Amino acid sequence: MTLIIFYITSAVAIFATVMMITRLNAVHGLLYLILSLLSVGVIFFLLGAHFAAVLEVIIYAGAIMVLFVFVIMMLNQGQATIDEERAWLEPGIWIGPSLLASILFAEMMAVIMLGGSAATGLVVNSKQVGAALYGPYLLAVELASMLLLAGLVGAYHLGKPMLKKTKSGTKS
Amino acid sequence: MNSGLGDAADIFGILVSVIIVAAMLIWVERRLLAVWQDRLGPNRVGTFGLMQVVADMIKMFFKEDWIPPFSDKLVFVLAPTIVFITMLTGFAVIPFAPGVGIIDFNFGLLYFLALSSLSVYSVVLAGYASNNKYSLLGALRAAAQTVSYEVFMGISIMGVVMLSGTFNLREIVEAQRSGWFIIPQFFGFLIFLVAIVAESRRAPLDLPEAEQELVAGFHTEYSGMKFGMFFVGEYLGITLSSAVIVTLFFGGWLGPWLPPLIWFCLKTAIGILFFILLRGALPRPRYDQLMTFGWKVLLPAGLLNLLVTGAVLLSLHG
Repeated sequence: MTLIIFYITSAVAIFATVMMITRLNAVHGLLYLILSLLSVGVIFFLLGAHFAAVLEVIIYAGAIMVLFVFVIMMLNQGQATIDEERAWLEPGIWIGPSLLASILFAEMMAVIMLGGSAATGLVVNSKQVGAALYGPYLLAVELASMLLLAGLVGAYHLGKPMLKKTKSGTKS
Repeated sequence: MNSGLGDAADIFGILVSVIIVAAMLIWVERRLLAVWQDRLGPNRVGTFGLMQVVADMIKMFFKEDWIPPFSDKLVFVLAPTIVFITMLTGFAVIPFAPGVGIIDFNFGLLYFLALSSLSVYSVVLAGYASNNKYSLLGALRAAAQTVSYEVFMGISIMGVVMLSGTFNLREIVEAQRSGWFIIPQFFGFLIFLVAIVAESRRAPLDLPEAEQELVAGFHTEYSGMKFGMFFVGEYLGITLSSAVIVTLFFGGWLGPWLPPLIWFCLKTAIGILFFILLRGALPRPRYDQLMTFGWKVLLPAGLLNLLVTGAVLLSLHG
C-alpha cells in the first residue's frame, strides 16, 4: 500500500517539476513548483520523517513560495513576458541541460542499484531531530544562523532610506 | 493511532457538522452584530431568521457565475477551492474529545500551522488571477500580512509546546489537567490571538479586503458560488481558529460535570463569539501600523516569552 502511494506521489512530483520548467507563464510555473514541494512533503512522510515533511510544507510551500508569488505578482508582467519566455525556451536550448541531467540520473540509478534502499521504515520524532541538531550538528546550526543573521542585516541595510544620496536630490 | 479514531462515522460527522456550523455562522454573525449595534438583523426568513442561510444559498446558486474574460481562468477557478480545502483538512487533527477525531498525528500543531500557511494561496492567487488592481493590492497585502504574522504565530505557541513537551494536540490537552495553559502562557496567548486574527484575515485585521480602500479586495471579481466559497472558507477558518485556541490554551475537552465533547463545543462557541465581537468592537488599523506592530512589538514579545518560558522550565526541572 505504502509502495503504491510512494510511486503515485513520485510520479506527481516528477510531472509537476517538468511542468514547472516548461511553463511559459511564471505564476503557473510557481503553482507546479508548489505542487512538487507538497509531493516531496508526502514522500518525506512516507519515509517516516514526519517532522521534515511538515517543515517542508510550512517553510517551502507555505512561506518561501508565497514570497515568490508575491514578487511575480508585483512585477505583474503580461503577455510580453510570455512571448519572451517562448523565445527563450526553443527546443535547441534543451540539449545541454538534458544531457547533464541524464548523467545525474544514471549516477543516481547506479547508487540505488548498488547500495539498496535508504528507507528504513523508522519513524523519526521531534525529540530525535532536536537532539541531532543540537548534538553532532551544532556547528552547522550555528553557521546557518550566522548566515541568516548576515542576510537579515543586509536586507535591513538595503531597505534603509539612502541618507547620503538625499543631499543632492529629493527627500527620501 | 488510537482505536476509535478516524472511523467513517467520525469523519462524516465532523465534516458535516463543521460545514453546517460554518454556514450557520453567517446568520449568527449578522444577528449578533445587529444586537451589538442596536439593530434587529435578519429576522424575516423562518424562526428568528434562521432560514436566512438557506435563502442566501439559493441566491448564490442562481447568481450568474461570471469569469472575467481578462482573468487567468484556470487559476481564477482554482483559488476559492484552496481556502475551503485547507481549512476543512485542518479539522483532521483537532481533538474534539477522547476517541472523537480523525487522526492522532504526532505533529498535529505543525500540521495546523502548515495548512493555515497554505490557505493564503487562495487569496494571493485570487488577486493575481482577477487581473484587477484592487484585487492585486488586496492580494499583496494578504501575502505580506500572512507571511509576517505566521512567524509570530509559530513563536507564540512554542511556549505551549515547551510546557507540554509535545506537538501532539491530544497530549497537549492531557497536559492541561493540572491547569489551563492560558495562565502560564498568558502573553503567548495574546500574541497568538492577534496573529491568528491576522492570519484568518478577519476584521479588525481584514486589510486585504478593506472595503473603503479596495472595493472588496481580493474577491472583487468573484460572484455566485465562488464568492460563496471564500465566504464559507472564512467562517471555517474562524471555527478552526477557535478550536485550536481552545485546544492550546483553554484545556480542550477538559471540564467538570458535562461530557468532554460538550465542553469542547461550548468553549469553541465562546471563541467564535469573541471573534465576532472583535469585528464589532475594534476599528481597522492602517496597513503600515499593522506591519510595524507585528515586527516591532509582537516579534520581540514572542521571543521574550519563549526565553522566559525556557528559563523558568530549566530552573524548575533542569
